[in-house]
Amino acid sequence: MVKGIRKPADRTRADSAPSTAESGPPHRGRDIVRAVEALAAAFRHRVRAGELGSFPVVLVLLAVWIVFQTLNENFLSPRNLSNLGVDIVGTGLIAVGIVFVLLIGEIDLSVGSISGLAAAVFAVLNVNHGVPEWLAVMVGVLVGTAAGTVQGASFAKTRVPAFVVTLAGLLAWNGLMLYILGTSGTINIDENGFVAKLTSHYFSNDAAAYGLAAVGAGLVFLASYWDRRRRRAVGMPHRSLLEIGVRTGVLAVIAFAAAYVLNRFQGLPLALLIFLVLVAGLDVVLRRTHYGRQVYALGGGVEAALRASLRVVRVQTAVLAVSGTMAAIGGLFLASRITSVSQTSGSGVLLLNAIAAAVIGGTSLFGGRGRTWSAVLGILVIESVASGMAITDTPIAVQFMITGGVLFAAVVIDSLSRRSQEAHGRA
Amino acid sequence: MPTPPLLALRGVCKRFGVVQVLKDVELEVRAGEVVALLGDNGAGKSTLVKVISGVAPADRGVIEWEGRAVQIRRPHDARDLGIATVYQDFALCGNLDIVGNLFLGREIRNYGFLDEVEMERRTRDLLEHLTTGVPDLRAPVVSLSSGQRQTVAIARSVLGDPRILLLDEPTASLGFEQTTLVLDLVDRLRDRGLGVLLISHNMGDVKALADRAAVLRLGRNNGFFDVNTVSQEQIISSITGATENVPRRMAPREEAW
Repeated sequence: MVKGIRKPADRTRADSAPSTAESGPPHRGRDIVRAVEALAAAFRHRVRAGELGSFPVVLVLLAVWIVFQTLNENFLSPRNLSNLGVDIVGTGLIAVGIVFVLLIGEIDLSVGSISGLAAAVFAVLNVNHGVPEWLAVMVGVLVGTAAGTVQGASFAKTRVPAFVVTLAGLLAWNGLMLYILGTSGTINIDENGFVAKLTSHYFSNDAAAYGLAAVGAGLVFLASYWDRRRRRAVGMPHRSLLEIGVRTGVLAVIAFAAAYVLNRFQGLPLALLIFLVLVAGLDVVLRRTHYGRQVYALGGGVEAALRASLRVVRVQTAVLAVSGTMAAIGGLFLASRITSVSQTSGSGVLLLNAIAAAVIGGTSLFGGRGRTWSAVLGILVIESVASGMAITDTPIAVQFMITGGVLFAAVVIDSLSRRSQEAHGRA
Repeated sequence: MPTPPLLALRGVCKRFGVVQVLKDVELEVRAGEVVALLGDNGAGKSTLVKVISGVAPADRGVIEWEGRAVQIRRPHDARDLGIATVYQDFALCGNLDIVGNLFLGREIRNYGFLDEVEMERRTRDLLEHLTTGVPDLRAPVVSLSSGQRQTVAIARSVLGDPRILLLDEPTASLGFEQTTLVLDLVDRLRDRGLGVLLISHNMGDVKALADRAAVLRLGRNNGFFDVNTVSQEQIISSITGATENVPRRMAPREEAW
């Protein structure tokens, strides 16, 4: 009889998420207001839940741009922005690999050395030994993959923290690079070759940049539209057409503005195209595939992943393999930018910038939260600061201090939002 | 007996090294029945759960599934039979949402990509059956209350369509309101015809929920009770050993540990 009187507790949070917003037919103006209100409500909901995502970094980026534009009116010129679009690619690709590693709650310190090693392998094979360029590129990238796999397997099997394994890698791969370069010092790569073209080629036809913007916005719209149709078919909450329209519209405005600026200089840079395609592709891998779900799960707790019979060792190895591969690709872009490989390739602040970019963009150091796009936003901030400093003749010392400050703020925001998320759970 | 019990243990023994943890334990769980497994600390409750779930297989004795003897050597064997276990520490991924946790490791895929819509639909249908207050399915689990998390953990184990559910102290870390939520959920699972083996320290839970209670004491059976007819004092005295006529036996090994 006691069974009868138990009353189920209703702890459902009033969910003001946009999912329930429906578009009524005639009043477009009111509809738009309602859609904006829904977006704002969703945003407040996320802020309260400690899920700020990319919002702080967008603010920082805008602030940096406004400050430097007031200091020097050439900062937001098409030439400077276009160069910025190419400068972010090398380090940005490395940062995308770092995002994968941070997602499983680990860190990879070897990416700088691996990027230098891959570039050196390519240059020595291609320039010194006359190996065809495509083959040398393949070997260089695969060396990065192999280095990452070795580190990943030893970290996953021995349970030595990735921090330590990749610290050993940092030294070892750097040594290997110096050994491969031998006495040759600096190797200049072919200025008309494929690798040099990676960062020097522009699609000067205006249609290229606008086309990319249109295709990107179109794909985003179609994906949301299909999702909405399927949800509606089975009677699930779904976004209103208007909300999808507003979201896609905002994205399209940004994309077409960027395309317009790029076309006013030399057109769409090949490097930026490759970067965006890779980031978008890896974003889909992380969020829409079984592999990606496992990566996030590992960041949420290895114990839970083991209980769910995930192949933890395999995923951990694969994540460091991805980071090694991305480091190698990034290294080739960095070599391409200066059309040479030297003993200092992959050293200096490269590693720190790559990690800082991922964290500044909103990827959590504690694992389990973040997206590949955060690497893009983060590296944009870092390179914007660097470019603004160069354009205003500020000493590099100040640049380091500012980047350090931004990184510090990013880490604090990450930590606070994590705590607020947990507090939210207890409320 | 017209139908054999869903799960029956006959003379199960288990020792860890020199410690005899379980000795000739008998247990029966029928479909649509909640059996409470009671006992003091160190009585062997958790070990019995590990035996049934295949984490620590029995040394001797017979396990019968619907009347025929089966071997449970690995967790996989138990899962294939239809035995699901919910451990005390939910073992959920805090950063994933409810849908992600429910389907972790067995995602529904469509041309190689995750079919989020289908997974969310099934999650919603399942939770609507199990509990009244369906929380936001897309909120990360870390932002849920412990009762809701326990609900998610149980729903996750129910997803594989088990016949028997082993619950290890499901209400141990919960407040009053959260406890009602989880107990209500177990009630519904029984109504759906599942057999439930409920380990609990809480006599209130047992009286409210269980049909029968099996008491373990120092690794042996120490009585079976019909919860609806027997008094709470009788069960407790069986747990503590007060009903034993023989003087309290020493348990040298266990207490030494």
